[in-house]
Amino acid sequence: MKRTVPLMITALGGFVLIVAYFIPATQGWGEVAAIWFDILAAIAFVLGGGNLLKIHLKKASDRAPGWGYSVITVLAFLTTLSVGLGKIGVNPNPMYPGFPLSGDYREIGSPFWWLYEYAFKPLTATMFAMLAFYIASAAFRAFRAKNVEAVLLLGTAFIILLGRTFAGVYLTSWLPDSLFGLRIENMTITIMSVFNTAGNRAIMIGIALGIDPIWGRGRSDPCTNS
Amino acid sequence: MRTFPVIFAIALCMLRPTGGEAQERVPPAPPEGLRAIDHPWDHGDRIDLSWDLSPDDPSRVGAYRIYRAERVDGPYEIIGRVGAGTNQFVAEKLERDRPYYIKVIAVAHDRSESAPARTAQPVAPTRQPFDGSRFWLSIVTLIFCGSVVFWINHARKGRPVKIRKIPGLEAVDEAVGRATEMGRPCLFIPGIQDMNDLQTIAGITVLSRVSQIAAEFDAKVEVPTCRSLVMTAAREAVQASYLAAGRPDAFNPDLIYYVTDEQFGYVAYLQGMMVRERPAACFYMGAFFAESLILAETGNTVGAIQIAGTAQPAQLPFFVAACDYTLIGEEFFAASAYLSGEPGQLGSLKGQDVGKTIVALGIIVGVVMYTLAHVVGLDTPLGAGLSQAVRYLREVILT
Repeated sequence: MKRTVPLMITALGGFVLIVAYFIPATQGWGEVAAIWFDILAAIAFVLGGGNLLKIHLKKASDRAPGWGYSVITVLAFLTTLSVGLGKIGVNPNPMYPGFPLSGDYREIGSPFWWLYEYAFKPLTATMFAMLAFYIASAAFRAFRAKNVEAVLLLGTAFIILLGRTFAGVYLTSWLPDSLFGLRIENMTITIMSVFNTAGNRAIMIGIALGIDPIWGRGRSDPCTNS
Repeated sequence: MRTFPVIFAIALCMLRPTGGEAQERVPPAPPEGLRAIDHPWDHGDRIDLSWDLSPDDPSRVGAYRIYRAERVDGPYEIIGRVGAGTNQFVAEKLERDRPYYIKVIAVAHDRSESAPARTAQPVAPTRQPFDGSRFWLSIVTLIFCGSVVFWINHARKGRPVKIRKIPGLEAVDEAVGRATEMGRPCLFIPGIQDMNDLQTIAGITVLSRVSQIAAEFDAKVEVPTCRSLVMTAAREAVQASYLAAGRPDAFNPDLIYYVTDEQFGYVAYLQGMMVRERPAACFYMGAFFAESLILAETGNTVGAIQIAGTAQPAQLPFFVAACDYTLIGEEFFAASAYLSGEPGQLGSLKGQDVGKTIVALGIIVGVVMYTLAHVVGLDTPLGAGLSQAVRYLREVILT
């Protein structure tokens, strides 16, 4: 029963969405199914919050490795939650001045806004910025010129990177108009619009059809053979 | 100073059209016989219009303007414009069962407008029981579903179903075994999307297999999730796997937990955890975005064996560069059947291949016809016919 009922609900949901696609009178059913999911996800969010508290409080009380981070997580979670739910420091809506909680919790200058602008956004931006270093380290490994394919990949990457900088444009600006296509910025455009587009389409079709278009052997690291 | 008003008056006279020219702007003859009928087999929001061309088309008429109104005396609002020589138009985005009055006006090259051609009676778009524009798609769906059912039955009868080897999935046992030998945990990341994403579902099915092997080997699998629903689904899947492995007592729900919905908050947690706990095997199975390389590079740094699976084309190169094995698109979706080896699932996989074959044939036929049309020339009867066929394929069958 525990297995059958969820399976039946899943099958029913699938059939509703397929039928709604072909029969105009039932098109609203698909939207209703999407709303069900939203309700489910909203309830599950409470479950997630509870789980977060449970896991990190346990970690902190057990003095497990890295428990200090758990304390910070719990404090940050509770602070943001209370500031947001309590609408601390938010002015009431001008239409309802008698109701202190009628204001917008994201009001500019409010503590919640402050937390978002000066704590959350910089932290997110920092994490994202770290991606540049990881790209460099991955490129260093992937672009090692060990064989012909790797040399081609390395050369192409070099042209693309250079072609998107002012230095690249400056380096080949002396080429006459008859050799216009050999200027690095134009080579970049040709590579991106012809070779890259063709390769991308091949990968996309391969993904959709289940064909392994480039890395036929399934093992990663196609150029270094390591 | 007095000369200025005189010059200005002369200039004005030169700019103004003369009375004789104004008289020459005779409006063109109107279009005739305007017909409006409900668009067949639709949702009830379109009306098909057709009319007889104005006798002045194309000598004087440059275009036709189409208007609609909800009352016979207006107000009319313009809903479209077609060029000279065209006598058809599909009025779209109408409200179902609401009557509309339509009029069409011929517009001359000199912008003069003809008298309108009007519909005698109002026409209301109505909804039909089936969306005709999706007829071909419904045929393909029926073939596809039929083939899946056929192959499932075929496999259940015990007939062999061949499936090619997928090295990334073969390596799952190896990765969990390595973690067991090293006494370090396995880390499973089911992407950052919710359960309504197909890739997350595929990731959870791979998790079932990974956790079953881990249960058999007595290895630890940690599953931090980005969504609460994924956490719930992952717990169910892992618990079922431990039960299937005959070790329900070893299941620890606390190893599957929610971190945060926020993309980079989630990444920060995972990165810290990977550096501290140094998992021996990392699985990235699901929908990933900018975080893919951050995770895979961190895993690479801590020396973990890494297996990734995603259908995000933009993230595949990153996984290929940083992971040991990568499941690409359909390989990832086929993982559930491949890993379980259950005849029913393998049959379903084989049935899906029929759908893929139809798509592949469609691509080949379309590309060959379009190329041929350009080789023989679009102005030749063969080229025009092929081009027409490609347009039908693209706009009717594939839409």
